[in-house]
Amino acid sequence: MKPRQQRMLAVGLAAAGLAIATVLSLKAFQENLMFFIEISEVANGNAPQDRNFRVGGLVVEGSVRREPGELEVEFTLTDLENELPVFYNGILPDLFREGQGIIAHGRLDNGRFIADEVLAKHDENYMPPEVAESLAKHAAAQEAALEAETDQQ
Amino acid sequence: MIPEIGHFALILALSLAVCQGIMPLIGAHKNDEALMSVARPAAVGQFVFVIISFACLAWSFQQNDFSVLYVANHSQLALPAIYKFAAVWGAHEGSLLLWILLMAGWTVAVARYSAELPRDMTARVVGVLGLLSCGFLLFTLLTSNPFERLIPAPADGADLNPLLQDPGLAIHPPILYAGYVGFSVAFAFAIAAMLTGKLDQAWARWTRPWTTWAWLFLTVGIALGSWWAYYELGWGGWWFWDPVENASFMPWLAGTALIHSLAVTEKRGLFKSWTLLLAISAFSLSLLGTFLVRSGVLVSVHAFATDPERGLFILAFLGIVIGGALSLYAWRAPKLDSTAGFRPLSRETFLLLNNVLLIIATTIILYGTLAPLLYDVFEWGKISIGPPWFEFAFALPMVPLILLIGVGMHTAWRSQAFAALYEQLKLPGIIAIVAGIAVPTVFYGRSGLLLSIGAIAGFWIMAVSLIHPIRSWRRAPGTPAMTRSVMGMSVAHFGVGMFTLGITIVSSFTVETDQSVRVGETVEVAGYQFKLTNLQNVQGPNYQALEGEIEIRRNGEFISELRPQKRTYLVQQSPMTEAGIDAGWNRDLFVALGDPLGNDAWSVRLQYKPLIRFIWLGALIMAFGGLIAASDRRYRLTATATEKTPELSGEPA
Amino acid sequence: MARYIALLVVFAIMIGVFVIGLGKDPRKIPSPLIDNPAPQYELPRVKDPALTIGSADYAGQLVLVNIWATWCVGCRQEHQYLNELAARNIIPIYGINWRDQRDEAIAWLENLGDPYVASAYDVDGRVGIDWGVYGAPETFLVSPDGNVIHKYIGPMHEDAWQNEFLPLIAEFNGGTR
Repeated sequence: MKPRQQRMLAVGLAAAGLAIATVLSLKAFQENLMFFIEISEVANGNAPQDRNFRVGGLVVEGSVRREPGELEVEFTLTDLENELPVFYNGILPDLFREGQGIIAHGRLDNGRFIADEVLAKHDENYMPPEVAESLAKHAAAQEAALEAETDQQ
Repeated sequence: MIPEIGHFALILALSLAVCQGIMPLIGAHKNDEALMSVARPAAVGQFVFVIISFACLAWSFQQNDFSVLYVANHSQLALPAIYKFAAVWGAHEGSLLLWILLMAGWTVAVARYSAELPRDMTARVVGVLGLLSCGFLLFTLLTSNPFERLIPAPADGADLNPLLQDPGLAIHPPILYAGYVGFSVAFAFAIAAMLTGKLDQAWARWTRPWTTWAWLFLTVGIALGSWWAYYELGWGGWWFWDPVENASFMPWLAGTALIHSLAVTEKRGLFKSWTLLLAISAFSLSLLGTFLVRSGVLVSVHAFATDPERGLFILAFLGIVIGGALSLYAWRAPKLDSTAGFRPLSRETFLLLNNVLLIIATTIILYGTLAPLLYDVFEWGKISIGPPWFEFAFALPMVPLILLIGVGMHTAWRSQAFAALYEQLKLPGIIAIVAGIAVPTVFYGRSGLLLSIGAIAGFWIMAVSLIHPIRSWRRAPGTPAMTRSVMGMSVAHFGVGMFTLGITIVSSFTVETDQSVRVGETVEVAGYQFKLTNLQNVQGPNYQALEGEIEIRRNGEFISELRPQKRTYLVQQSPMTEAGIDAGWNRDLFVALGDPLGNDAWSVRLQYKPLIRFIWLGALIMAFGGLIAASDRRYRLTATATEKTPELSGEPA
Repeated sequence: MARYIALLVVFAIMIGVFVIGLGKDPRKIPSPLIDNPAPQYELPRVKDPALTIGSADYAGQLVLVNIWATWCVGCRQEHQYLNELAARNIIPIYGINWRDQRDEAIAWLENLGDPYVASAYDVDGRVGIDWGVYGAPETFLVSPDGNVIHKYIGPMHEDAWQNEFLPLIAEFNGGTR
């Protein structure tokens, strides 16, 4: 092959390689992407059933349960309008406690959320921004619903 | 009084930086000796005042001056003295002061060791550095003043974040920042070249050692950060693809491409526009990293307290600096000429591939880091993208690159005969393939395709890196030894091989498990028996802790006793996990305490991490190789003895 | 030439995305409560737990509600300013002591001054959650008919007062709202 043809072949191979790599990584990106879904959305059935996603909310007081001596723990998250039961088999982060805002990654299994990661903010007095937004929104919605009820009575 | 002196010193530093920035650049443009000679004294003056300012802040910490808001927020009476010092750079405002200090330091070094440079080049480089310093000083004085007062002063401070109360804080940020800031020197050289429109091999020779030094600082800084996260955070992880980590890794990748591209420009006068663009990119990525970490656009466990107003300032600064540099580039780059040619099988080709693959890797990480922001801005949802994707996508360009490194190292400039190359690489290749398959299978009990590729790549680079040293060692008496450049290259690439092997083995064979254990019980992990022998309360200088005693045995033989703790710091009342680690050259054993589970049982994290130390050791060896290369005789920088320096032209050795 | 310009274009787009991203920072996003009813609450007072304080006490008035805590250094930073502001008698300030300890809160008010008409003791933070509080200090402007008009995050200071609160207050006093 002449040098010019060699160059073109090399460039062509490189471009093909780049294209393949781009397609592969974008495809993997779509598969690995995790969306943040509000608890109310999960309760309404608008959450993916077969892939990982993130939820965030407050840990309902008195909802943390585990068999004595066992690692697996169950607790309930709320966005002040709806609730979601969460199951986790592992060591909870240091700042996890009832009443705290936390985020969990995992997937749904028959209406239960099986978490493979539980995250708490680094400071006990602050809350992850998505959780705060979601809470304010649903707290307001619930207030309005309560008011509507009392108005009707 | 002292804080006000510190504040005032910073203002004086700014005024000197303004002189340092503007006058030499005008002087170089007009060929005015007087204006150009302002550069060095202004740089030294700025440095002196920045040191004074820094010292005032450090003194305020040591004296427990809680009337300074920054001290009140990040210190406490009971804080050990060394952390009172390190706390100076423990949060946003103070870390900026550290940045400014290091920038001034690098500038003085450049101003001093510039005997070989033409006066106008020195003036331009120091001038650009001065303008950059202005930007940071303005930012600090206008939005992030560390000397702001808090009246009335509280009796005690809010304490330094417990995660930062560790020796790692004392060394990681200064070294890391030395790297980030050091790339500003390469950037300044690039701007200087673009302003004059001249970029030749001499320019590359001047720029190279500064860039190598910055690169090696950044390498050590990142390795330290990884090691620190490993033992401090209590999860046993050493890299999380967190936005802040990525913000440090991207400049490193660009910097690695840069030092290699500079080699081509110096040796062959080629890749001029590549080198320019990489010099601009490396520092731009440093600036971008600063923006991401301090503005609040990305959420990260490491990020500083965020503030969108500050973010806007940095963004404007970024826009001006990078936009200006890219504009200059668009103007000058098309006119750069290179006349040398090279054949397909040549070192130039491999270094071109090196540039391309590293840039692809950088772009991939940039995309993954910014994607959550992109999705949020376009309202496509709030997303996060985790390590599995980063690992996969990053490996795509890196695996071919690592394999190619071994070949490129031994390929001649301009044109290489294939047969000779093959002869040289045949034996190391066979060794690598055999070791890459045998070692995982024999020592760790398993093999697999990806595992083998990684292990072969690691052994391959280590083996081929030994070719030059062995040949030099066995050379006939009277023939010259290898130069430091070649030795540095061999050492650094050997480090890359170790690093690759470490990552491959640890990713494939790590065992991580959370278990429920009672005092007196034993758990077996990866052939080691972990026994919880005791749990007791202990007291530290500013914390209380529950300490576990874990005895480790293997085949009945005693290995080690570890004491992981669960600490509660007195002021912030936040719990913190302190892991227990038994370190070895070929494996780490990692234990951390979890929570009480009831029935006298505790959750414990137990991990076996084979060859994990190779990761950091490999990185340190890389940096050491850089050190050796930078000290090559050609780059021996001499200080300017007198004002008269001869004009230099063209070809170096 | 084109590829060099392309670089600049890509860079400009990135900057654009960042600017928008900064604007979307959750601290700048108007709280979902803006122009919506403020949370109703009734809590024991910090200083006198036998008495209560709540939204009913300021219904029909234009007020500031300030979320504060003794563990929060930013709150200490703004406290002197709040004292000054209260002394100007422009608008009553009601406090919500968030996730704090009563005896420390009382000591704080005694030592540093008390700019509040009264402070509610929100020990577990539930009321704070209703307000969408995500950190301290935060200050809300509540209208006479009980809507949240403005939310300010961070230590209060004169600039914020002049630029953000006063214009809104003027609208109420001038009868345009």
